[in-house]
Amino acid sequence: MGQIKLEKVTKAFGNTQVIPPLDLEIEDGEFVVFVGPSGCGKSTLLRLIAGLEDVTSGDIVIDGTNATELPPARRGLAMVFQSYALYPHMSVKKNIAFPLKMAKMPEDKIEEKVKNAAHILNLTDYLDRRPGQLSGGQRQRVAIGRAIVREPAAFLFDEPLSNLDAALRVNMRLEISELHQSLKTTMIYVTHDQVEAMTMADKIVVLRAGNIEQVGSPLELYRSPNNLFVAGFIGSPKMNFLEGDDAAKYGAHTIGVRPEHLKVIPGATVGSGWTGTVGVIEHLGSDTFMHVHLDGNRGTITVRADGDNPAKVNDKITVEALSEDRIYRFDKDGMAIR
Amino acid sequence: MATAHSRTAARFMIAPAVLLLLGWMIIPLSMTIYFSTLRYNLLMPGMEDFIGFDNYSYFLSDPAFFSALTNTLLLVGGVLLITVVGGILLALLLDQPMFGQGVVRILVIAPFFVMPTVSALVWKNMFMNPVNGLFAFMAKAVGLQPFDFLSHAPLTSIIIMVAWQWLPFATLILLTAMQSLDSEQIEAAEMDGAGAFSRFFHIVLPHLTRAITVVILIQTIFLLSVFAEILVTTNGGPGTASTNITYLVYAQSLLQFDVGSGSAGGIVAVILANIVAIFLMRMIGKNLDI
Repeated sequence: MGQIKLEKVTKAFGNTQVIPPLDLEIEDGEFVVFVGPSGCGKSTLLRLIAGLEDVTSGDIVIDGTNATELPPARRGLAMVFQSYALYPHMSVKKNIAFPLKMAKMPEDKIEEKVKNAAHILNLTDYLDRRPGQLSGGQRQRVAIGRAIVREPAAFLFDEPLSNLDAALRVNMRLEISELHQSLKTTMIYVTHDQVEAMTMADKIVVLRAGNIEQVGSPLELYRSPNNLFVAGFIGSPKMNFLEGDDAAKYGAHTIGVRPEHLKVIPGATVGSGWTGTVGVIEHLGSDTFMHVHLDGNRGTITVRADGDNPAKVNDKITVEALSEDRIYRFDKDGMAIR
Repeated sequence: MATAHSRTAARFMIAPAVLLLLGWMIIPLSMTIYFSTLRYNLLMPGMEDFIGFDNYSYFLSDPAFFSALTNTLLLVGGVLLITVVGGILLALLLDQPMFGQGVVRILVIAPFFVMPTVSALVWKNMFMNPVNGLFAFMAKAVGLQPFDFLSHAPLTSIIIMVAWQWLPFATLILLTAMQSLDSEQIEAAEMDGAGAFSRFFHIVLPHLTRAITVVILIQTIFLLSVFAEILVTTNGGPGTASTNITYLVYAQSLLQFDVGSGSAGGIVAVILANIVAIFLMRMIGKNLDI
């Protein structure tokens, strides 16, 4: 079991309130990702759940029991830290066994559990090494191993992949997703990388300045963002925003179109769409991203085109939305008009 | 920078400094060795004869030598024990967030700035004096007989004085080491269910091993040659109860005017210091490897 409920949780450091009253429900077995720009309070929120910080007010309920006042160890949660926080003077085996040793489990049972965890995480050959002798990905796995032997109600991950290189990050992302599928334990994962959020989550919680901007499945957030912030944060490259006359045409203060929902028509044709000059072109092979300076100083928009699109820098082109319903409309306060 | 030419130039450049340092060490050492083989008494000038190893056998068979050796080891060991244990406890205390942390830290370091003679005299006259001392006053206040520290427990008294002097050094090094501990490790241990004591013994103490090693090695070097504290308080007495090797060498050469025997004692002290050093490096030197 791993159902976590936050009820009107707030956190203030001195006079600065970092988390205004916040409600959130996390179902058993869910993979929830907290995502947001740095300093949005997502790590603080995770530490509140873990019990490493005290809540200023409100309640944290884990599996039906109020855990607000419980010390971290008694909440039945396990955490994987950004720096992995492995104990450098202990071997991998001792690192993984540490929480069990603290729980005063008998030796033979510890041995068995450590072996099991090492097997799941492909660490069997490294059990006698020290953390200093391991690569980044292996250290990450040891940290996860230390978490899974406790059989926690939920795993908490605090930006666990940010210290890895890009290729390894993709691998570990997959491994964590697979781990979630096989363990079916609740996982809460904090990241500032929206790609990690989109690829791993069952449910994404988008945070800004301690506020929950929107909660939903990755596709929900992608397809119907509640406001400008979520629209701009989810999706890569960012959604294009246009204001003024272009937006007024659609009866909105701001309109947004994702780069992948635009098509390119060579030459400056008069009609629907926007005409402009091609600026920087980024070739990714499969796709080509073009930064188009719109005529009349209306800003720059990014367009995704085919990998073999022939357009060159300084070409005049016209871009057009694939269809009207791919255009998102927002009012003056940045809220979506539906 | 690493061409053959620049390397040759570098060697030429540092040669004078190296030669100077070498001479600085070699000349006194060889003179001491030379003196230790002479019958060299200041009261009998002009009668310096070569007598081989006689000075060594006199020095080593002197009953004062063994008590001095024991005292030296007790002094070093006692001070190390007090400073390392006390230093860890003080560092733990100072590591807690508290009001006026900066000022308190400076106050803690203060004893290190007091010169040994001064601190020894303060201890002797203001604290341990059986008539006017603070401890005597406190004992009398609760109706006890004042204890004459320097005559009844001379070595212990000196250990206390020297430990007081070196405690700040140990505290400072251990505190910096403690502050370099990754706070996430402590938090991870907390999540893993380790209580305050488990966290200290499983995480903090292993993290401190290297700093403790440094403290032990550096302090040993200085503690082997404690002299001023003994000279101004007990003069090595009563009898030889607080004489260490350094003080014995001084007594031989300048109180009994026997430079030959004193030099032999000096060489013995050098050899002993090296034995201690080898012993220490064997025991704890591996902690310095990464």
